[in-house]
Amino acid sequence: MRARVTVYPRPRILDPQGKAIREALARAGFAQVREVRAGKSFDLDLTAADEAEARSLLEEMSEKLLANPLVEDYEISLE
Amino acid sequence: MKCGVVVSPGSNCDHDVYHVLKHVLGQETRFLWHRDSSLGGCDLVVVPGGFSYGDYLRAGALAALSPAMAAVRRHAEAGGLVLGICNGFQILLEAGLLPGAMLRNRTLRFECRQLFLRVERDDLPFTSRYRAGQVLRMPIAHAEGNYVAEDEELDRLEAAGEVVFRYVGPDGEVDEEWNVNGSARAIAAVCNRAGNVLGMMPHPERCAEEILGNIDGLDLFASILDHVGQRSQKAGLEVAQ
Repeated sequence: MRARVTVYPRPRILDPQGKAIREALARAGFAQVREVRAGKSFDLDLTAADEAEARSLLEEMSEKLLANPLVEDYEISLE
Repeated sequence: MKCGVVVSPGSNCDHDVYHVLKHVLGQETRFLWHRDSSLGGCDLVVVPGGFSYGDYLRAGALAALSPAMAAVRRHAEAGGLVLGICNGFQILLEAGLLPGAMLRNRTLRFECRQLFLRVERDDLPFTSRYRAGQVLRMPIAHAEGNYVAEDEELDRLEAAGEVVFRYVGPDGEVDEEWNVNGSARAIAAVCNRAGNVLGMMPHPERCAEEILGNIDGLDLFASILDHVGQRSQKAGLEVAQ
């Protein structure tokens, strides 16, 4: 089963990378961009009996390793 | 005192810590490979600075799951002394041995410079040779040292006395200009509730010898030595009785 986990800094958390990218976009002529949040995404191929099991495994691995829940949120999507 | 220094691929302050413990303080010291699942009876385990696992994913995140860190966790739970410096601090946070997390420095730069620290506690195994309020000079060298935790957690840390060092100006006052990484409440070091696990971003091993022009970090290691010496003396007396 294929899945994608995306990880982003939590809304209240300062995202200096996103801020730097927004400033660079403005210098590149894209002043329309008001905010950028810089995150990461992971494509995984995993074995699971069904979607529910896959989702539960992905949540567990996101909490334990892929994201740091103190400062990051994550989203799981299954193909 | 028996000391161990955990080495992960990408550690780069391991030899500095080894040098201070072995050659400056004359203690029995060994390297512990990240795949080792035993600490070989060490009194003190140091998780040194560097870029463990290339800082992949998040600084310290992958090292936190290594076999050596599982052993460090058992050592800490049994009351053993654990010192995490710089990336070692990040690893202890990721391993959940200390509360909080690190973000990119607010300057967006790797900051490598001398700063001033105020000693917040002098009753720990790591700080007994200092006195509370004393101002130390110590170097930092990191890109992710911007300490964060929820407000309630920060309040709890302060109330429980788990903030051990704070970034201050030369006169010992908290001054945001000197808090270059932007840490919450200018926190440079925290300990766990029991006080046997310390994580700090500044590098005491880089200022522990006269030839380096600064020995403010030496007393941190000497404090640990005092503590372990007293503890084993006490244990010896108990055995003799």
